[in-house]
Amino acid sequence: MKPAAFTYHRPTSLEEAVTVLAGVGEDGKVLAGGQSLVAAMNFRLARPGVLVDINRIGELGRLEATHEEIGIGALTRHAAFHRPVADTALAHALARVVRHIAHYPIRQRGTFAGSLSHADPASEWCLVAATLDAEITAASTRGERRIAASDFFQGTFRTALEPDEILTRIVIPGHGDGWTFGFEEFARRAGDFALAMSLAALKVEGGIIRGARLGIGGVSDRPIRLAEIERHLVGQPPNVDTIAAAADAASRAVEPTEDIHATADYRRDLIRAMVRRALTQAAR
Amino acid sequence: MSWIGRSIPRLEDPALITGRGWYTADAARGAMAVRFVRSPVARGRILDIEIPDGATVFTAADLAGVKPIMPRLFRPDYVAIGQPVFADGRVVFSGQVVAAVVAPDAAAAEDLAEQVFVDIDMEDAVVDVDLALGEGAPAVHPEAPGNVLVEGRMATPGLADAFAAAHEVVSLDLRSHRQSATPMEPRGGVADYDVATGRVTLTCSVQMPHMLRTGLADVLAIPESDLRVIAPDVGGGFGQKMSLFPEYAALVWIARRLRRRVAWIEDRRENFLASAHSRDQAYTVRAAFAADGRLKAVEADMRCNVGAFSCYPVTCGVEPLMAFAELPGPYDFAEYGVRSRGVTTNTCTMAPYRGVSRPMLTFTMERLMDVAARRLKLDPVAIRRLNLVKAFPHRSPTGLVYDEGSYVKTLDMAVEAIGLDAFRDRQQTAWAEGRHLGLGLSVFNERTGYGTPAFAARAMEIVPGYETVDCVMDPSGHVEARIGSSPHGQGLKTALAQIIADELGIEPDKVRIIAGDTDATPYGWGTFASRSLVIGGGACKLAAGGIAGKLRVIAGTMLEAAPADIVLEAGRAGVAGTDRSVAIPDLARAAFHQSHRFPGVANGLKETATYDPAGTFSNACHAVIVEVDVETGGVAIERYVVAEDAGILINPMIVDGQIRGGVAQGIANALYEEVVYDADGNLLTASLADYLPPTCAEIPDIEIAHMVTLSDATLTRAKGVGEGGAIGAPAAVVNAVVDALSPYGVEILEMPATPQRIRDLVRQAERP
Repeated sequence: MKPAAFTYHRPTSLEEAVTVLAGVGEDGKVLAGGQSLVAAMNFRLARPGVLVDINRIGELGRLEATHEEIGIGALTRHAAFHRPVADTALAHALARVVRHIAHYPIRQRGTFAGSLSHADPASEWCLVAATLDAEITAASTRGERRIAASDFFQGTFRTALEPDEILTRIVIPGHGDGWTFGFEEFARRAGDFALAMSLAALKVEGGIIRGARLGIGGVSDRPIRLAEIERHLVGQPPNVDTIAAAADAASRAVEPTEDIHATADYRRDLIRAMVRRALTQAAR
Repeated sequence: MSWIGRSIPRLEDPALITGRGWYTADAARGAMAVRFVRSPVARGRILDIEIPDGATVFTAADLAGVKPIMPRLFRPDYVAIGQPVFADGRVVFSGQVVAAVVAPDAAAAEDLAEQVFVDIDMEDAVVDVDLALGEGAPAVHPEAPGNVLVEGRMATPGLADAFAAAHEVVSLDLRSHRQSATPMEPRGGVADYDVATGRVTLTCSVQMPHMLRTGLADVLAIPESDLRVIAPDVGGGFGQKMSLFPEYAALVWIARRLRRRVAWIEDRRENFLASAHSRDQAYTVRAAFAADGRLKAVEADMRCNVGAFSCYPVTCGVEPLMAFAELPGPYDFAEYGVRSRGVTTNTCTMAPYRGVSRPMLTFTMERLMDVAARRLKLDPVAIRRLNLVKAFPHRSPTGLVYDEGSYVKTLDMAVEAIGLDAFRDRQQTAWAEGRHLGLGLSVFNERTGYGTPAFAARAMEIVPGYETVDCVMDPSGHVEARIGSSPHGQGLKTALAQIIADELGIEPDKVRIIAGDTDATPYGWGTFASRSLVIGGGACKLAAGGIAGKLRVIAGTMLEAAPADIVLEAGRAGVAGTDRSVAIPDLARAAFHQSHRFPGVANGLKETATYDPAGTFSNACHAVIVEVDVETGGVAIERYVVAEDAGILINPMIVDGQIRGGVAQGIANALYEEVVYDADGNLLTASLADYLPPTCAEIPDIEIAHMVTLSDATLTRAKGVGEGGAIGAPAAVVNAVVDALSPYGVEILEMPATPQRIRDLVRQAERP
């Protein structure tokens, strides 16, 4: 439970940080909250030769929430979302989601951007990013680039980030007026990794669904946006039958992962239950 | 005024809650770090061990003269298996110690351990208890071709007739999956070699320091006087820390070889891999009921997976033979047949864990009661009330004698407290709304505080049981009591101080209890089996009572009164019925410095007493209400009630703490915790991300009511209570889940009842 030897850098500017990373290639790893990385290092499942601690880079701490969007800097801790970051439906939804992320002390250190970079399939923030069309900014000595969430998640612990890149900022579109959100998760204990979860957003006008976002997480190697089911939802009334049909479709939409806590069949049942409950919340 | 019966704050707590406890890892600072190289596979032949040049690495080849750990039972059916300190030629479970490396610090030791390459010719492993019993299963040890290490059998003469006459026979196949006790502090030891004397002091996180010293001296072939064992503050044990493990023998051997101070602080992964597991059992049970619900006979085939070796000193018989002897529990029936086998497999060795088989025994009897009640259309309370033992002393079919208890009364108290009748209305309403509430009951008795007669009946080579206390009052009137028990979080020191304080008429904070050091305490058996308060407490009462007698003689001389007329109370010795008295510190001072005045007081204010009782049974009923989410299989516990009878409570707050902690572990057993191996014997639950002890978010408030039945079975009239919570909770919780799922008509016969298992049952029931 002691990490293998590594070199530790604590730059004070983004430029310095990306310069260090550029020099070490695959051997480098960014340290933000350390709530996943340090545990993995102690188990010797991760053995970075060079650790770049970004906690002293002040410019990465910004959190800007408006009606139009929520902009999240790389050092924004999970706990920043304990109370809604703005008086919007989205911000209130994120305040519900954050309660499912691990435990209170972990939420004080762990970061939103760290969750995305780590890309655990059961990460709540990854599901949020994938479902709500977040835009992700990465920086390196080669400059800055923006990555759509749909291109960002590539598998278990795999993302579109290059080894020399630092994820600097995430922007979640604000979804404006009329959108309502629902989130449901099932885990063995409070704070455990989700066995299944679902995030739903609906825009209902005149008793008809005019816009829909639906995602599931914890069931596959990455968060899954259910775009086809979203299209089916649009134009329907948000009633029990519509929601049940969407939940059924969701349970068939992926080949779920299996582990010691859940077989594929069980995960399908959980997906159905989580999607139905998330949509029901959003439709309320 | 009596101190017994008062919930005084624990004398241990100020240090513990302000971070001033002294644990094994605190003693490790500055020591060389030992890291064990462990087998990565469950079974195979060691072909070669490659060691980096210049590294300090020890293997079995270095340990010539070190004997295997070999506990024994004097039973014809027992096969003794020796456990080498380092794997010698073969490995038999994943995690077995193959070598030890020594480095300046823990990180360097891990680096070095990674460079030791163990080349193993892998062989097929056997993991599952029933597969290990199957035709052609690999033999884990050549000494036991069928993998059975111990087997108990008995049948009462009328068994077959009772089944022939039965109105209803209930047959169940029950399964308890493997668990780890998961103490907050894993194992660890610091072995310090004293160059002046050649003696080693081993500071380690254990429950039985004296027994460990004996075992280490035997294995290392050294006199016990060359070794001192200290158990400092210990962060939980629950039975996992009562065995002699090879790691401790290796530490002492390395300290002697290197003439250095060396430390091993176990990490969580090692604790899951290689400390001790428990509760991996399969029972096939039949029960014969009369038409009125009267239980007439039980027949059981019990298979207990004991893992790769036999734990020292209690042996691998601990689970199967406990199961064999104690299945009848609180129920009154005459005919009993049982076959109970301890089966070796290529898995981590089993050791006692809080409750030892009785969580599964209670699960068995309580599931039988509920299933029989449903089939015979009887009320679950009524069938229990009908069958519970009502007359005492009661002799069980296996010959155990139950002292006075309150089996029916605690059932009634629990049913009343949880509001069974009102609940049934609420349950109907909830079902109509698609919600699934259930209420479960569990009645059990708990054999506690048993001394050498009970252990001798198990035919152990090493028969534990008695406790000795050396008690002395110093010239200031304070008391030191040196005990052979070894508390590790229970608050025992406080409770013993209350007993001693009452005997001597002083306050508990004037009593210091010294434990956990073989240089400073009399030989004793440590703390396990709900024994320390009953047996150590009895010895404290005897020893302190002896000192009280001497104080009365001294006071009688000083006050010119008969010793029999002296009352010790509130720090003074007074003559009954008068206002004449003398302060106890003055008596103490006189005893030491004016001893010529008291020629009848031999040995000063010092008494040694030993207590060795036959044992006593506490009892309880648990009642719980749960809500089951039928879509996810998730279970939420709404209310939890315990009605408990442990006789006289020395410190009710400590008793309640024991019950609550036990219930939490029982809930874990019922719903959460499971050690999982794959078919090749690789451990899949090697961290707290996969092995799931419940947290405060999952454990409800636990409401406790006490009955006090006075039994003459113990000197203090206190009964043991350390294990009951863990024994009763699994059955109560699972019965509640089954009750909630009544509309589906499913039975749960497997623990833990995980969400997936519950959902699978519901899904099968939903299919047309």
